[in-house]
Amino acid sequence: MHSAIPKPSPAGKILWAAIAIVGAWCLGVVALRRDEPINAIWLVTASIAVFLIGYRFYSRMIATGVLQLDPSRATPAVLRNDGLDYVPTDRWVVFGHHFAAIAGAGPLVGPVLAAQMGYLPGTLWILVGVVFAGAVQDVMILGMSLRRDGRSLGHMLREELGEVPGVIAMVGVLVLMMIVLAVLALVVVKALTHSPWGTFTVAATIPIALLMGVYLRYIRPGRILEISIIGLILLLASIWYGKTVNDTPTMAALFDFDAKSLAWLLIGYGFFASVLPVWLLLAPRDYLSTFLKIGTIALLALAIFLAAPTLQMPAVTKFIDGTGPVFSGNLFPFLFITIACGAVSGWHSIIASGTTPKLLANEGEARMVGYGGMLMEAFVAIMALIAASSLHPGVYFAMNSPGALVGTTVEQAAQTISTWGFMVTPQELTETAKNIGEGTILGRAGGAPTLAVGMAQLLHGILPGEGMMAMWYHYAILFEALFILTTVDAGTRVGRFMIQELAGMAYAPLKKTESWVSNIIATVICVGLWGYFLYQGAVDPLGGINTLWPLFGIANQMLAAIALMLATLVTVKLKRERYVLVPGVPAAWLVICTLTAAWQKLFDDKISFTAAAQKYADAMASGKMLAPAKTAEEMQRIVTNNRVDMALTGLFMLLVLTMLFFSLRAIVRAWRANHPTAHEEPYVALSSVTP
Amino acid sequence: MSATNARTGARSLWKWAVQTARLCCGVPDYDVYVKHLREHHPERKIPSYGEFFRERQEARYRGTGGRCC
Repeated sequence: MHSAIPKPSPAGKILWAAIAIVGAWCLGVVALRRDEPINAIWLVTASIAVFLIGYRFYSRMIATGVLQLDPSRATPAVLRNDGLDYVPTDRWVVFGHHFAAIAGAGPLVGPVLAAQMGYLPGTLWILVGVVFAGAVQDVMILGMSLRRDGRSLGHMLREELGEVPGVIAMVGVLVLMMIVLAVLALVVVKALTHSPWGTFTVAATIPIALLMGVYLRYIRPGRILEISIIGLILLLASIWYGKTVNDTPTMAALFDFDAKSLAWLLIGYGFFASVLPVWLLLAPRDYLSTFLKIGTIALLALAIFLAAPTLQMPAVTKFIDGTGPVFSGNLFPFLFITIACGAVSGWHSIIASGTTPKLLANEGEARMVGYGGMLMEAFVAIMALIAASSLHPGVYFAMNSPGALVGTTVEQAAQTISTWGFMVTPQELTETAKNIGEGTILGRAGGAPTLAVGMAQLLHGILPGEGMMAMWYHYAILFEALFILTTVDAGTRVGRFMIQELAGMAYAPLKKTESWVSNIIATVICVGLWGYFLYQGAVDPLGGINTLWPLFGIANQMLAAIALMLATLVTVKLKRERYVLVPGVPAAWLVICTLTAAWQKLFDDKISFTAAAQKYADAMASGKMLAPAKTAEEMQRIVTNNRVDMALTGLFMLLVLTMLFFSLRAIVRAWRANHPTAHEEPYVALSSVTP
Repeated sequence: MSATNARTGARSLWKWAVQTARLCCGVPDYDVYVKHLREHHPERKIPSYGEFFRERQEARYRGTGGRCC
């Protein structure tokens, strides 16, 4: 069972010592050099060294000690091989598939928002978080699912913890998903508000996807590659034509929307996309966004290596005191909530117990796919942080601060931001907007536009040309909008099935997924849930992201906490108590972070939803109006929205505490038992089932 | 490295890329499925690639799971 760990050779020892020294040196430069701006390459090198060392040493301890992955043991793919869902697959293919499934908009957005505290806090959390929490969660859930016929997280929770906590966790996942969809849709709204160019290119993806769908269904069935290339060319053409749309007032007017209208358009679109047959719209856009995502991540890496930008953002800004404009709250716990994906993401536990465990041909490969895949995602997060930090800080804050704080004209914004210590002139802000082909860069919070400007500047530095920066900017916006919208459609469908399953527990006929009536009802509920939060974000006085991103972070880290508590429980159930701290410490850390953040969002004088609701309610009582509300109705709506957020935060706290109670009770029981009590499938030798 | 080796290498890299790209879209390897059917279920009809693709496309969005934020 225990594969004997081979003694490292002298050459190996020297190599790893060298990596450690280089990594420590680069990390030292990143952390300590304050007299002059540093180059991004220091950060890249430090990260790579940390990832290599984490993978080589820590993940090996997890593979051989905690999980005791056994290459001689048959995997679900081998045992239940059906050629479709369970297929033993080459490990590099599984790795590519797993990475494409886990990496989305999350690792690109969170680090950009966290850059308001400087690049150092975010970098350190990503590096430490991924090695000791995120990648641990991914590989442990994957390893556990491998021992359980590739079962899902929900199934494992019910089996190991019990029915009640299983259902509670499922409700938690559903609520998390609604918040994810709302906050991601809000990122798109923020990027497209009064941007005819961006709105036109995103709208153009609909007919392009329909064309691809028909082609794949009737003209050349299943030829994904060729139609995706055609689709890509059409997309690029739409970016190019978008400039004409933008420059022609009559056409621009057709694609010029405010945040509210865009929110309604997305809500309606989400409904149709998820009830239409999948082959027509959802699937083809999914293909396009998957390829574009991988391609763009590669492009970003290439741009950072070639351009080697200087980090203009300071290592640490004064906003670690919790007064930041992008999100409010102190470094602890809000940095650890803001950067979820990239450091540790609860969502991955669903994927690591989804398709991936049904594909691995050998248990030993779980280390590379689970742990290694998450390290790759952390690298994407580091690149996003670099792109944001290489921007002029004045431009960064102008884009990401709510109008209520910095004003709505470039003069006001430049003046306010300069008083924060980031000298910027109105001309610089106007010039940046002009370069990227937009009317304004103010009030574009949400990460996507900031990353797009950062990417556009990097790429423009490598491939200069008249007007090219605007093309790159809209390319980056399109790619982010495309895969966010795919997540919204697919998520709405998944949410619909989950609502039907939960509703089916109360009234059985609602469970029928092929019934049109229950289908429409569940879809309307699902779209209504995320649509409510999206609309709330679109009319929010602080721009929405400031309010909703912490809710998303709390929910995502809550799911990670649940997954890691399950991993801790299983470790104890297997009687491997001496490794209990490996999943136990990150689980405890996430419980502390989510509970503290939720507590502050409920009871803090400055940053809580409660305080915000009170402020507007008091103003209403004395007959005053507070911006951006203009009528008593709008005032009332802001009060209600904040109260809903309070209730939701309270629900999250309750969820975490309940799951903590159930987990601790089960852990104590398992610790007292004198034999292993985990529900693993029996051992089958790989050699007995493969010829 | 000889020219033949390089060609074989390039071909297997291409095969890997195609297989990964398809799997990312939820479509597993068709040849593997056909081989599986021939070996284990000789009585079943072997679907064309088009039929196989459609079935997989529907299956991908049927249940839970999906992708990350």
